[in-house]
Amino acid sequence: MKKVLINECKAVFPALSRNESISRSIAAAFLLQCDPTVEETAAVKTAVSEAVTNAIVHGYRNSKGYVEMLMKLFDNNTVYIRIKDKGAGIADVKAAMEPMFTTAPADEERSGLGFTVMENFMDKVRVRSVLGEGTTVTLEKKIGGKPLDKR
Amino acid sequence: MIKIYNDGKRITAALVGDIDHHAAREMREQLDDVIARSRPELLILDLAGVGFMDSSGIGLILGRSRAVRAVGGELLVKNADYEIAEVIRISGLGHLIAAQPNTL
Repeated sequence: MKKVLINECKAVFPALSRNESISRSIAAAFLLQCDPTVEETAAVKTAVSEAVTNAIVHGYRNSKGYVEMLMKLFDNNTVYIRIKDKGAGIADVKAAMEPMFTTAPADEERSGLGFTVMENFMDKVRVRSVLGEGTTVTLEKKIGGKPLDKR
Repeated sequence: MIKIYNDGKRITAALVGDIDHHAAREMREQLDDVIARSRPELLILDLAGVGFMDSSGIGLILGRSRAVRAVGGELLVKNADYEIAEVIRISGLGHLIAAQPNTL
């Protein structure tokens, strides 16, 4: 059965670290319409925070630009969140997704666990990246709760 | 924000607010300052006032654990709520969560 799009929302913001908290609050607000549990909200907020922080810390390390967060809610209670930057891109996505992998200088204390955390808290994590063009991370999670009102 | 309770060789740092990449930087400076000045035998990070933490918090905890060990001390984390403890556990730092927080 084809899933039907119920609602969507897009937020675009400059790659500033102060926007990490704002982006996850927006995601949490979008999620409210499917009656998530405290755990589900925390999971989505954490995954969004990781992806947006990656865009800011890595994507736009040497440049300025915008991060785009597109959220979609489908009638099967699945939430898609796509976080996109037009920054540096990732040379080797497979390596970048390995636990403890980071290209950040040691003094920045990046744990290299961002993708590990995303994969633990979401049902699906997809990463597309082109060097010099940017990175798109898509997070997907089915939210329990009651069936959606389709109006 | 951090509130420091210094009991001689034991220091409790109560972290307040979200711990993300943006907030971790300032917390790190304050904690490193305390570690350098007091050289604690035990540094307890009390996360009761933390409502959110992502993997930037792992960098913060791991870095401070190393800093405390460098002065001969130990670091423990207490009062992390369920989701935050989960982030700590999947990062392989579960052993830093205080087993008996009430005795600390």
